[in-house]
Amino acid sequence: MKAGTKLERILASGQFAVTAEAGPPKGASAEVIRKKGELLRHCCDAVNVTDNQTAIVRMSSLAGCLLLKQQGLEPVMQIVVRDRNRLALQSDVLGAVALGIGNILCLSGDHQKFGNHPTAKGVFDIDSIQLVQALKTMRDDKKFISGEDISGEMPVFIGAAANPFADPFEYRVHRLAKKVKAGADFIQTQAVYDVSKFAKWMEMVRERGLDKQVHILAGVIPIRSAGMARYMRDSVPGIAMPDSIVTRMEKAANAKEEGARIILEIIEQLKGMPGVHGVHIMAVGWEDIVPDIVQKSGLMPRPVV
Amino acid sequence: MIITKQKSLEEIRKMLAGYGKILILGCGTCATVCFAGGEREVAILASSLRMAEKINGKKKTFFEHTVKRQCDWEFLDEIAEKVKAADVVLSLSCGVGVQAIAERFPNSRVLPGIDTCFLGLTAEPGIWSERCDACGHCLVHETGGICPIARCAKGLFNGPCGGSVAGKCEISPDVPCAWQLIIDHLAALGQLDKLEVIQPPKDWRTSHSGGPRKIVSPVREESGEK
Repeated sequence: MKAGTKLERILASGQFAVTAEAGPPKGASAEVIRKKGELLRHCCDAVNVTDNQTAIVRMSSLAGCLLLKQQGLEPVMQIVVRDRNRLALQSDVLGAVALGIGNILCLSGDHQKFGNHPTAKGVFDIDSIQLVQALKTMRDDKKFISGEDISGEMPVFIGAAANPFADPFEYRVHRLAKKVKAGADFIQTQAVYDVSKFAKWMEMVRERGLDKQVHILAGVIPIRSAGMARYMRDSVPGIAMPDSIVTRMEKAANAKEEGARIILEIIEQLKGMPGVHGVHIMAVGWEDIVPDIVQKSGLMPRPVV
Repeated sequence: MIITKQKSLEEIRKMLAGYGKILILGCGTCATVCFAGGEREVAILASSLRMAEKINGKKKTFFEHTVKRQCDWEFLDEIAEKVKAADVVLSLSCGVGVQAIAERFPNSRVLPGIDTCFLGLTAEPGIWSERCDACGHCLVHETGGICPIARCAKGLFNGPCGGSVAGKCEISPDVPCAWQLIIDHLAALGQLDKLEVIQPPKDWRTSHSGGPRKIVSPVREESGEK
């Protein structure tokens, strides 16, 4: 065991994992986090807390994780290299481990121009792969990036992202290999809508044997409306939204029901895909649909490990 | 080359409020090449300002001069009298030139008439594009001669982020993804294996993060001078 978190134990036991996402509020209300935590409590193994997602300032991921932890939920702390240099990144990781937050997902972060402070300076002192490597060195060698010693244990289960839908497509599996080599223990992917493209990527992943070295959780984002489907198709970089899904949403009498049906169909296909060890449900602002989706996917009850 | 861009007439006029005799000082090197502060731009700016002030009824006199390089002391001696005679110097040089004027003529006022944008090249006539971040330690031999620090919006060292789509950067469809360029170039050279290596965190001490930089030539160091 690297950190012995519930997520790690479930994945290590070979069971299909379910994680969900809880975006912190644009404010200091702990209640917002707690409410999302209660909704997600029984339907997932761990809850990701986003880190200034889409470059919009929100309550810190570390605080959000601690609030979930106090409720008895297991958090995954997301951490982006856009907003912090190597001193701040490592210091937050030490703080997270001290608070018993054992799952940390390392990301680049959306460019600051997309958020609510587009005039900010992007930090990008190190990149996400270097952060993964830094966490591994902190955990396994008890050393900081500088080579100086860390006192005490550093149990972390290291996560990274993968986007099979970004370009160049052929390079994406090499990038995953690089993240694995750097020390990633689990991967949460960008939302899957184009299942056949994802299947092709997974095939390349298996050819390189990467599915045996890292736990891949396929990302899904339930769609609430035709407008959301169109927006994701036209305006979100790195999301592949097939026209067929947009059309289904446009023709649906009840968009929310249709959106849930689409996600269930996608999860069904992901469950059967060799090398996929779980799903990561990012129901941005629609967390109350998650228990229903997990239930109808046949993924309840969640295992006790 | 240092790429510069002239400030708006509005911003320049705001800075010039309260000054009567103004020396518009061009620079014959980089700022000339990117049409921001050469002899021609000095003349155009001077006539625009004269016209604007005439409409406004303000009495201002504009003098025009262009030196070979504002960033070299040797080219500044020739303008000492002109600088002295003016109330203010409107420098059409990069930030280096503006500061050289301020340093050489400490009793004179100097204003920046252009913005210093980046280190780049003329991609096409009339189009300038960034190429270098002056980080102080070049690594482009690892990346097919293309700098990811200057040309990737996130300055990533180990490949493209999830926002690279159809060869473009997530920040704009007008910005090429530097990593797509790197991958294409290395593929053409048969050197894609270079990308398997994990580039370690950069030592930023050679960049501006290490504080203002200075280089002493080896010859000078040997002679014991500092």
